[in-house]
Amino acid sequence: MGLVEKGLLPKPLTKLLNLSRKYSVWTYQWGLACCAIEMGAALAAPRYDVMRLGVIPFPASPRQADLVIISGTVTDKIVPAIRRLYEQMPDPKYVISMGSCTNCGGPYWDSYSVTKGVDQIVPVDVYVPGCPPRPEALLEGIVLLQERIQNEDMQKRWAGETRGEPIVVG
Amino acid sequence: MTLMTESQQLAYANAQAADGRVNVELETDDGMVLNMGPQHPATHGTLRIIARLDGEQVTSADVMCGYMHRGYEKLCEVRTYPQVTTLVNRIDWLGSFANEVPFILAAEQLMEIEAPPRAMWIRTILFELSRIANVSLFIGDLALQLGAQTPAFLAFRDREFVLNQIESVTGGRFHPNFDRIGGLKDDLPKGWIADTKAAMGRLRSFCDDMEGLVYGNEIFQTRTRGIGVIPAHVAQSYGLSGANLRGSGVDWDLRRDANVGLAYDQLDWKVWTHPDGDSFSRCWVRLQEVREATKIVDQLCDGLPSGPIMAKVPRIIKVPAGEAYVATENPLGAMGYYVVSRGDIGPFRVKIRSASFNNISIAPWLLRGVYVPDIIAILASLYFILGDIDR
Repeated sequence: MGLVEKGLLPKPLTKLLNLSRKYSVWTYQWGLACCAIEMGAALAAPRYDVMRLGVIPFPASPRQADLVIISGTVTDKIVPAIRRLYEQMPDPKYVISMGSCTNCGGPYWDSYSVTKGVDQIVPVDVYVPGCPPRPEALLEGIVLLQERIQNEDMQKRWAGETRGEPIVVG
Repeated sequence: MTLMTESQQLAYANAQAADGRVNVELETDDGMVLNMGPQHPATHGTLRIIARLDGEQVTSADVMCGYMHRGYEKLCEVRTYPQVTTLVNRIDWLGSFANEVPFILAAEQLMEIEAPPRAMWIRTILFELSRIANVSLFIGDLALQLGAQTPAFLAFRDREFVLNQIESVTGGRFHPNFDRIGGLKDDLPKGWIADTKAAMGRLRSFCDDMEGLVYGNEIFQTRTRGIGVIPAHVAQSYGLSGANLRGSGVDWDLRRDANVGLAYDQLDWKVWTHPDGDSFSRCWVRLQEVREATKIVDQLCDGLPSGPIMAKVPRIIKVPAGEAYVATENPLGAMGYYVVSRGDIGPFRVKIRSASFNNISIAPWLLRGVYVPDIIAILASLYFILGDIDR
């Protein structure tokens, strides 16, 4: 697969490869606080069933995951664990930041122990605002991310050159 | 959007890691050290447990909390009274409305205001609905942690009906922020009572399903009966509350014994206890409480008084100087707010007594001598929420 590493693929094949990546997003659930329950309602519950979108929400470890959804309040004490989680994931990897706390600190914007935004620690692809966001909002974030994966230029992405501007849902 | 360079990020992360690092060794003189968490599916959030093992048995277990500490008590000091409810909603995030009530009651006590009867009854309805939303998810999650997937799906499915009812009154699925000093923000919408009663019927059938599917299951019984026994005097000495205390046979419920500002004294209901004190009894008491709560909601819907939903409250809320402590029986146990006011628009000091912090304090005592797989069963049956532990 030397060609893939260089990204030198004919366009139809790129499209096919992107399509298969898009519809098999292994999602690691990093639930921290309130948003974790809404994430559970979106990913593992019958009403908002996420598997119909081609998202597999139960990888055994971050080493098998393409996408991590960080949901809930990120405190300074949990930061090293998040950084290590991100470093363990194989490339190409994506991050969804779910909820106001993860995006910017949310209602704890003046707290002494809360990290104001997980984007200080790991790069974020999709921001889902809300406190907590409804499961539909998270699903929209996932769909928007899938669209981005579909249109990605693998040569640039896999060389780590660009991630693109982050998507904000809503 | 990144605010720092990568090297700065790494330096920051390393500095934080140095703070949280604990020596965890695989082989020590007295056995092996097993580290669970801070992110573990069985810990309802970010709890970390460091267990020292001798073979399969735990010789000692330490609970490390603080991964979800958000500084509520300090933040309350820089918010005004109406703003505090927004914050305290998020302490026990599964039963959000129940967190607001004791704080509002404490503020009302200081201001010497009493909510009108209708507001009081609607408060009680929402309080019990949040209990149902909380504990029904517990039942599904409990089964999930013991290896059964189906009950979790059923719990999420039926819980949505309760969330719908909460949402149609308050506008929020999770964090209603609906309680006001002196009453409530709005009245019930049209047709809500009939819908709620239908939802309660649905929840009762959910409880029946769970009783057969989970509690009657032989594997479940083997894994919980006689495991993690808390005798009554130990439960009391550790300050347990809620179903953990009643599961040990202590008949103590703040709704009945020290009812402040809610309509429980005008209803016909029962406090459930179980004499065994093991994991099964704690879970069983919670199931019965969900069922009892649906009956309480039915009664409240039937006898809802008419009238205003807001007492006369000044436009800018200034609470007179003084101190008040109000505790209510929240889904997880006794939750109290000690509010100190100096006559300002915001509290001078708020001390939050949350149930889970006391409930988890028994874990080191309880986990000593148990087998490794039982750690999960015992923690699941203790039922804590990290926001409620760390605040």
